[in-house]
Amino acid sequence: MRLLSFWMSHREELAAMVERHLFLVLWSTAIATAIGLPAGIVAAHRPRIGRPLLAAASIAQTIPSLALLGFLLPLPFIGGIGPRIAIVALILYALLPIVRSTAAGLRSIDPSVIDAGIAMGMTARQLLWLVELPLALPSIVAGIRIATIVGIGTATIAAAIGAGGLGEYIFRGLSMVDSTVILAGAIPAAVMALLADGILTWVERRLSPGHRQRSAAVPLAMATAVLLLIVVAGGAGFGPGRADTIVVGSKNFTEQVVLGELLAQTLERRGIRVTRRLNLGGTFICDRAIRSGDIDAYVEYTGTALAAILKQPLEKGPDAALTSLRNAYGRSGLSVLAPLGFNNTFAMLVRDEDADTLGLTTIDDLHRVEAQWRPGFGYEFAERADGYAGLLRTYELRFTTPPRVMELNLVYRALASRQVDVIAGDATNGLIKALHLSMLRDNRSYFPPYYAVPIVRSAVLLARPELREALNTLAGRISEDDMRAMNAAVDVEHRDVAATVRDFLDATLPN
Amino acid sequence: MTDAVVSLLGVGFSYGTHVVLDDLQLTVGAGESVALVGRSGTGKSTVLKLIDRLLLPDTGSVVVEGRDTRQWNPITLRRRIGYVLQEIGLFPHLTVEENVALVPRLEGWPVERRRARAHDLLELVGLPSSEFGNRWPRELSGGQRQRVGVARALAIDPPILLMDEPFGALDSITRQELRNEFQRIRRHLRQTVILVTHDMDEAFALGDRVGVLERGRVTFERPAMTR
Repeated sequence: MRLLSFWMSHREELAAMVERHLFLVLWSTAIATAIGLPAGIVAAHRPRIGRPLLAAASIAQTIPSLALLGFLLPLPFIGGIGPRIAIVALILYALLPIVRSTAAGLRSIDPSVIDAGIAMGMTARQLLWLVELPLALPSIVAGIRIATIVGIGTATIAAAIGAGGLGEYIFRGLSMVDSTVILAGAIPAAVMALLADGILTWVERRLSPGHRQRSAAVPLAMATAVLLLIVVAGGAGFGPGRADTIVVGSKNFTEQVVLGELLAQTLERRGIRVTRRLNLGGTFICDRAIRSGDIDAYVEYTGTALAAILKQPLEKGPDAALTSLRNAYGRSGLSVLAPLGFNNTFAMLVRDEDADTLGLTTIDDLHRVEAQWRPGFGYEFAERADGYAGLLRTYELRFTTPPRVMELNLVYRALASRQVDVIAGDATNGLIKALHLSMLRDNRSYFPPYYAVPIVRSAVLLARPELREALNTLAGRISEDDMRAMNAAVDVEHRDVAATVRDFLDATLPN
Repeated sequence: MTDAVVSLLGVGFSYGTHVVLDDLQLTVGAGESVALVGRSGTGKSTVLKLIDRLLLPDTGSVVVEGRDTRQWNPITLRRRIGYVLQEIGLFPHLTVEENVALVPRLEGWPVERRRARAHDLLELVGLPSSEFGNRWPRELSGGQRQRVGVARALAIDPPILLMDEPFGALDSITRQELRNEFQRIRRHLRQTVILVTHDMDEAFALGDRVGVLERGRVTFERPAMTR
């Protein structure tokens, strides 16, 4: 029931995601067919070239999809976030079944049929088009069918690098620990795969030699595919959007999605057109996206930017931090606008009851439990310079049990359910209150300040001065409590992000 | 013979070290029907493949219509020859009529002419196209497939017809029937026919002359029976 009402309330977004998903799968399958079919023909006719070709396609198939996306990310032209890289990855996965089934279909043709064609004076080309391809067609379509089904499944992962599609709901659901939202993306993807399977199996049967309606099936299937491609290509599109819209991005956790929506709605209230590319991925993906121009603006945190992106020494004072940030970003053509107000510092969190019974108030107090407790972190905290390693060094902590590393949004629940005992979370997370967690004071001032600041491409600010004006209305307007309340509304009360932000803006900036 | 259509002059051919044909002499005149008999492995099919330029001789030359097969464009040559393969090899994705009309299609005949020709040929081989034209090869019996194979080979009325064990895989009653049928068909056609078979009776029934292929050569045992 919740699922149905979720779909109803998100139907426009759902339609856009289905369309984007189709766009990814259809284009990648179409291009993979255009490459794989000739490759399959070569593989069947010239085994010496064919064998390494098939081996290469097999290797591409074995690379885990997330890793493949990671490899492609830094490449020129195809790299960068968005659909292009996802399509390239999907093509690589679709190639093997298509090449293999094309070659198998051609090799399985009765040799006497080929002999008859040669003996009657067919040229190699006539033989291919009039005899070999028609006879191999059911097998080729079977390969395309498998490629399509695999593609529909794999395309959900494309959301991890901001390519959109139904995977966005799955990732959003994972980060909200909300199975309804996961299902909202997973079910349409599964239905899509079943439909594709059904339709292409039907086409395949029609195409088997000696079927009555055979002649009608080929043009029919081709026309349908082309029509779908045109419809979908019209809606989605490769580029980051029309020239006059501002593309707002965000990282892939609740607060970031809320802040992205906040930027978007603030701009829209000033009549500026916005394309949302929220939930793109981690810090590094957002940074790459704004540098490549795939997005125009997103909200970063001062400490994260200095330590993780710019690899600068950590500045303790907020003003010093902001100055060195502006200098470093300025060299890359990016502008740092006025801070939004709150400081989302890393917070070492423990359960309220433990804090009470053991009298834990500061991070130093963790020395009392370091022999028994198990820490838990998100992936970034485990890796970053301002993360776990620095924390241990500064506080001379020695946990006996190695930390459990997991998706950032899962650590709060892992703490509440006693799978881990101390976590690094965000100070503004809405779950802190809801799950009865306590924050330990950073008495050695290890964590730099993490003030939220909008980062905008300078070129866009120059061309659209009204942008700076609009975003500066947010300066200093969001307190830690405001942010925690909005995060709680989304994460705990399962309220809609857009509605939460709208209510906040109505209350804070009425005009 | 001055009007020789096909001549093999001192032809030698071997697969690797296995010598199949050795200094073979054979001349076939226009409109003549020659049957070659021999045990399996004596190179009967090889002779036909040499004439259709599916193979080129190691030594000697194969001359078709006055020109060495080495000088023929293979496609042009093969269009002048109808070839009924031992396994026939009907196209399973084409109907009976489409199978017969395929070579005319390659030759660029207009649809109407193609259809009329297929109709006539199917009539000739005893498979009226109203009943059989739209069937698929898999819906036919072995004998019917053989007839379609003959009709397909005759589609553009080539001057030469090659047949490899044309009725080989069939039961004896069907063979007898087809043999009579083919004699009837022959009376309507002007083709030069070269057929190979392992069956003596078939050779004498279908050939004006019968050659025996043995140790790489052809010998003509006796003149064909007069009818």
